[in-house]
Parts: sequence; C-alpha cells; structure tokens
Amino acid sequence: MGANLAANYVQAVAMVLFVIGFANLLLQKNLLKKIIGFNIMDSGTYLFLADMGYIKGRVAPIVTDGIQEVERYINPIPSGLVLTGIVVSVSVTALMLSLTVRLYKRYHSLDLDEISMLIKKEKGV
Amino acid sequence: MSIVWNFPAISILLCLFAGIVSSGLSGKSARRLNTVLMITVLVLSAATLKYVSSLGESVVYVMGRFPAPWGNELRFGVLEAGMATFFAVIMILSMLGGHHKLSEEVESRQHNLYYVLVDLLLSSLLALIYTNDIFTAYVFVEINTIAACGLIMIRGIGRTIEAAVRYMIMSLIGSGMLLMGICILYDITGHLLMSNMKTAIAGLVIDGTYPVALLVSITLICVGLAIKSALFPFHAWLPDAYGYSTVSSAAILSSLVSKGYIFLLIKIIYRVVGFNIFNNSDIIDILFVFGLAGMIFGSVNAIRENDVRRMIAYSSVAQIGYIYMGIGMGTQFGMIAAIFHILCHAATKSLLFVSAIGLTDVSGCNRQFIYMTGSGYRHKFAGVAFTVGSLSMVGVPLFAGFISKLLFAESAVSLSGSKMLPVLIVLGISTILNAIYFMKTVIRIYTPAPDSPYQAIKARTIWPYCVVLVFFIAVNLVLGCMSDGIVELIKQGLIMFG
Repeated sequence: MGANLAANYVQAVAMVLFVIGFANLLLQKNLLKKIIGFNIMDSGTYLFLADMGYIKGRVAPIVTDGIQEVERYINPIPSGLVLTGIVVSVSVTALMLSLTVRLYKRYHSLDLDEISMLIKKEKGV
Repeated sequence: MSIVWNFPAISILLCLFAGIVSSGLSGKSARRLNTVLMITVLVLSAATLKYVSSLGESVVYVMGRFPAPWGNELRFGVLEAGMATFFAVIMILSMLGGHHKLSEEVESRQHNLYYVLVDLLLSSLLALIYTNDIFTAYVFVEINTIAACGLIMIRGIGRTIEAAVRYMIMSLIGSGMLLMGICILYDITGHLLMSNMKTAIAGLVIDGTYPVALLVSITLICVGLAIKSALFPFHAWLPDAYGYSTVSSAAILSSLVSKGYIFLLIKIIYRVVGFNIFNNSDIIDILFVFGLAGMIFGSVNAIRENDVRRMIAYSSVAQIGYIYMGIGMGTQFGMIAAIFHILCHAATKSLLFVSAIGLTDVSGCNRQFIYMTGSGYRHKFAGVAFTVGSLSMVGVPLFAGFISKLLFAESAVSLSGSKMLPVLIVLGISTILNAIYFMKTVIRIYTPAPDSPYQAIKARTIWPYCVVLVFFIAVNLVLGCMSDGIVELIKQGLIMFG
C-alpha cells in the first residue's frame, strides 16, 4: 500500500483536493466560498485525469521531427476529456456567479441561510 | 441501413440548432419553433420505435463513421426509442398546458430565452437516452443541469433564484461525483464506450483486479445520479424548485429531468457495469433502503405541507423512492416495475402540476388549501383532471398508478430473501399516506364553499388548456388500461438493452 501510494502520489493529491472542494461546496455558507470549493473539486478531477493520461518520457501527440512511432506519444483522449471538463466547469461557474450577483443585489448578503431567512420574511410568492 | 438509423442523431441535433436559432427570434416565433420541434421529435422517435420493434434488435449508430474505439456511438432499442417518444409526448403536453400562464410568470422580453432552455433540455434528454458513450452522457448531464437551472430561475423572483442556487449546488455535487466515478472507470478499463467498458469490467471481475476501485467508481456514479434525481436524503432543493417555478417548468422538471438521470443510471447498470455484477455489489442495498425511506418520508412531508404545489413536489420525493426501490430489488421484474413507474409518474405528476394551476387560478392565485375550498366546482376541467391524477397516484384501478403498484407488489412476492417483507409493508404504508394527502385535497376542492370570497370567480375557459388536460387524462388511462402491451415492450427493450 505504501509503495503504491508513493508511486501514485499525484492521484492521492488529486483525491485530497476533490474531497476538500467537495466539503467546501457542501458545508460553506458563503456562496463565493461554495463556488471556489466547486472549482477546487473539479480541478482535483482534472489533475487525476491528466496524471492518468501522462506516461513518463513521452510527449504530447503532435508529430514532431517526423517521428511517427506510437511509443513516443501519449494518448490524447484524457487530455481531451480534461479540456471538455474545463469548458463545462467554466460555464457552470459563470452561471453560479451570475446567480450569486442577482441574489446579492436583492438581499445584500452572500450567506445562503441568511438569504433564505430574508426570503421567508417576504410577503407573497 | 435504413434512413431511420439517422433519426435519433437528427432529433438531438435539431433540438440543439433550434435552441441556437431561438435565441435570435421573438418570443412568439420561438414558441412556434419549439412546438414544431417537439412534434418533429415525437414523429422521429415514434418512427424509430416502430423500426426497432420490427427489427427485433438494437441498432448501433456510429457518429461520423469513425468505428469504435475511436468514434462516438448512439445505440437505440425499443426501450430508448419508446422512452424518447414518451418524453416528447409529456413535454408537448406540459409546454402547451402551461403556455397561458407564461406571460404572467416570465417577462415578455425573456420569452424566447425560455424556449431556448426548453429546446436545450429536450436535446440533452434525448442524448442521455440514446448515447452509448459515457463521457458524452456526462457532458449532456451538465447541459441538462444548466438548462433546468435556467427553467427554475427564469421567473426572476427571490424564491426561484434561491431555489436555483440550491438546485445548482446539489447538482454540482452530484455531477462532481459522477465525473470522478467515470474517470476512475475509464482509468481501470481504458474505454469510454459503454459496450467496451462492459467487456473490460467483466474481465476485471473474473481476474479479481481492482475490486476497490471498481466498487468506489460504481458507488460514486450511483450516488451522484441519485443526488441529481432527488433521492430521499438529497431532496432539500426540490420543493422550492418545483413549487415556485413556472407551471411548465415544474411539470417538465418533475416528470422528465429527474427521470433522465434515472434512465442513465439504469443504462449504466445494464450496459456498463452489467446487471449481475451490480446485483452482487452492496450499492444496490443502499439504493433499496434509501428508496424505502424516501417513500415514507416524502409522503410524511407532503401531508404536513399547506401549499398545494409544494405538496405535489414532496409527493415526487416519494415516487422517486418507489423507482429506486424497484431498481434496488435486483431482479428483472423489479426493474420492469421501476421503468413502468417512470412512465406512470411522469404522466401523472405533470398532470397534477398543470391541473393544480387551474384550481389556484380560480382561488385568487392562492396556493394554500384553505383558499382552494370548492375550487373543483369553479374550474370543472381542472377539478376532474386533478382528481384523476390523485386517484392514479393513490393507485386506484383504471389508472396508471395502480399498474405500477401492482407490478411492484408482484415483483416483491417473487423475491426470495429478506427484501420481500419490507417492500410489501412500506408499499402498504406509503399507499395509505398517499391516500391521506391526495384524498384530503380532492375532498377539499369538492367541498362546497358558499361563503368563499372566490365563489363568484368563473373560470375563463381556455380551450387549449382544457384539451391538454383531456390528453393528459387519456395518457393516464392508456397507461392504466393497456399496460400489457407496454410492459411487454419494456421487457423486450430490457432484453435488447443488455
């Protein structure tokens, strides 16, 4: 187990980041901290994928110097997945930030529980 | 290769393009485009259904003719095509049923954006149904989440924005777990196409390699999708999101969005993990227990609720619990019952949301029960439709809910072991609880209230709305009375699925 952990330390770090982000997204009251937590969580996943896709001693799959042997290059798919994931998380972050701005303009607070209290006090639906 | 092979891909792409085009159109044109789009999707899906059921096996459509393992694939059999057809029907009815309220609920300059979101939602639902690539599924899960969040918040009042934020937070947690699960699965199998993954996983299980990684990834995927579809302990966002968004949004969210995720989960169980491997893991028991808990607690919350739309929303929690209980039974019968309940709940819950709006309209737009006394007399169509929906949810014969309860009970009886008794007991308790809150509402709307301040209100007869209600009732009766054929289709579909 110890040897495995040492060999795969990047993945272990990625998992720790995932859990830190997850806990922040779930437990923080402040909306901005939640969004930061979400970004940490997703970065953990991307680090995990990027580390999976990298093989020591190989280069990115762009043919250089006319060398076409497969052994020289890494598999491009994990990197492609990371890029797709980044696009998704950027758009989700933008959406969350815009929602936060709207809530802040209306209730002058970033604390989700406080906002809920204020909403309950509002009359009507 | 027939032209029908292209229909699923075409319907997904059409929805995406319609969404893009709608963003530049006026509200009215966007609405027309949306209606045409939904009908086109319905026709294409029905043609696909007819084709695959005559073919007798599922079809793998290779996108761009790049063969596996490089390309992306769609795969469709009877179950997928049937589900797409059914979703299109419910979507059309929900959109038309809520249309007359839209101008009150959404600012007129945002109407076209509303239809953009609906188009994107439909495209993501279709993609979740048809895709054979697990990462594509993840991307469309996110599109689905963003579109659903937009549908909740477009009303622009404080409550809906807060509900949208809460929905987003839970959804992000769910999709984060789903993504991590998919990454670990990719890591240990080396594939993203479902069929290749299944072969690789079967090999892993036989060799006994990576047992922990496999278990963790399956757990992450199951829990992630369960959070997104509002299984019991993760349902806190649901009542506000369904209760205060626009009528069409509430109907679509409760009946289709959560079902899309459940369908994806069933697909992953059959096509990626393999039914037997999933059955032998401990996750199935967790889903089973939370399903049972949801059936009770969802109903208890619904009984305590004083707002009709929030009550219907809480009832969704209970019904999602039924579906997960069916999945958790771990037999083919249980799965058939769960899939039938997906159909039944989608048809009934959208009917309830759409008919409830007719009743609250004739009660001065108040949603508390006390104001709704006698509203069934003031809006006769909505009263009858609400009664039909309630009877179906309680499980009265003739209606869809009865058949799904019957299927659940039948599959429970055929279970051997410790799961049979809990299913039957909880099914009984949950039916009684359902009856308490739905019958309470039906009695309330049919109690004459001569001194009610809203007694003088006469419902404006909006014919499209009434026709939609009639169609909803018809769908419910079809599910309830012609269930043999539908169950047969589901059975055939599940065989093609594996």
